[in-house]
Amino acid sequence: MHDSLLRAVTLSVNGSPVAVPAGATVAVAVAIAGQPCRRSVSGEPRGPLCGMGICFECRVSINGTPHCRSCQIVCEPGMEVRTDG
Amino acid sequence: MMDKDSQQPFDVLVIGAGPAGMAAAVRAAERGGRVGIVDDNPNCGGQIWRGAEDDHGQEATAWSSRLRNADITKLFGMRVFHQPETGVLLAEGTDDVCELRYTNLVLATGARERFLPFPGWTLPNVMGAGGLQAMVKSGLPVRGKRVVVAGTGPLLLAVAAYLRKQGAEIPIICEQASWSSLARFGVGLLGRPGKITQGLQLKKELAEIPFAANSWPIGAHGGQVLESVTISRGGKTEVIACDFLACGFHLVPNVELQSLLGCQISGGFVQVDEFQQTSVQRVFCAGEPTGIGGVELALVEGQIAGLAAVGEKNAAQKLFGERRESHRFARMLDRAFRLRPELRSLPSAETIVCRCEDVPYSRLQEHRSWRAAKLHSRCGMGPCQGRVCGPATQFLFQWNPDSVRPPVFPARVGSLGRVVSGL
Repeated sequence: MHDSLLRAVTLSVNGSPVAVPAGATVAVAVAIAGQPCRRSVSGEPRGPLCGMGICFECRVSINGTPHCRSCQIVCEPGMEVRTDG
Repeated sequence: MMDKDSQQPFDVLVIGAGPAGMAAAVRAAERGGRVGIVDDNPNCGGQIWRGAEDDHGQEATAWSSRLRNADITKLFGMRVFHQPETGVLLAEGTDDVCELRYTNLVLATGARERFLPFPGWTLPNVMGAGGLQAMVKSGLPVRGKRVVVAGTGPLLLAVAAYLRKQGAEIPIICEQASWSSLARFGVGLLGRPGKITQGLQLKKELAEIPFAANSWPIGAHGGQVLESVTISRGGKTEVIACDFLACGFHLVPNVELQSLLGCQISGGFVQVDEFQQTSVQRVFCAGEPTGIGGVELALVEGQIAGLAAVGEKNAAQKLFGERRESHRFARMLDRAFRLRPELRSLPSAETIVCRCEDVPYSRLQEHRSWRAAKLHSRCGMGPCQGRVCGPATQFLFQWNPDSVRPPVFPARVGSLGRVVSGL
């Protein structure tokens, strides 16, 4: 498939645009943006561990709603994602 | 989302839309039951059939199409978090809560990976084996990336083969089990032609990937993100540069909801009768929560549960033989991939065990039970509610899990308000 077809959805991660394949989860967008999802209580950078909504390591804020498990939410055009990394 | 509050109870409500839940819902609906199926993921398929339908073979395609064509209310992206009274469950979606009433319940909640702590395992890009696979199926590109696959269990092979197909380079698969226990597993498979064929197909795909038994990760290194992994391989250590470490130590069942509902659990698994009914009347359980046995066992248990839930006991009984076969495979899995005691000494004093609350190993050693550790260190008190560190500490310290209290998943304040005010 042509790259432009694969990269069908654009959203923003920490204010910068990120293009992802249609159907990609927000966790994937954050990873493509090269960001950790969150800082742990002692300040360590963290990214997804389980990929299935169990571990809560992939929490980000989406359109202002905090603590969204990014591995279970599909990207939508124009979504505003913020990590606390 | 439709308003579920005023409607009649489902004859059969299925929680979990992996193979077991799909099979239960389909068989119950095909016999005329009013069936609903709930899953917290956006699509059906569970973990094993996640992603493109045609990637998972004929069986997955067939069940998906039966689920699509049956008259079943599908509630995906909804997570059950509470049972305010018998016969009623509350589920939370992205921005709503719904009340689900049922006459019979089938709990097909699947399994998660077991994670074991070792120095560096909290670095970004150290993920579960199934975890990384799920991310790739959800769109993460791995072409040209170096991925070390490690831990234990048949999932490692499937994940390595999948990642390689997606263009990743797999420098090594590290399996903690010994060659002799793997060999016994291989011999046992001779009695299971279906499994052998699958195994042979995997073998072809895996032919060019180095595989090491008696091997496991002892450290992950990097600044802000993973850069390399140290493995112990047959008693020697080796450092391998990589972009990802996909590491899981087989599976543990998700039994929190069963526990909340009062189903009897023994040795970590939900106890069921021959019709997959739990110790609670009209509450059935199928798939990994009754014993880790893979997709075939999940499908047959799901079918039995779905049929039994609509009173079709004769049809359910016809599947007992098939289930016995699959149980044998489950017992073999358990023996072959048992964790070796050396893995208990992987964490150093500073290694974080509870990732939610950043509790290091040294703060846990002094305690004698899971409960004491929770009270004094906050281990297991974060949002994952011990789903990651619970199974780890169970292995490290032989601690037993606590009883489960609602909500089984952290719910929004608004959703909890509903529990307090309305019910």
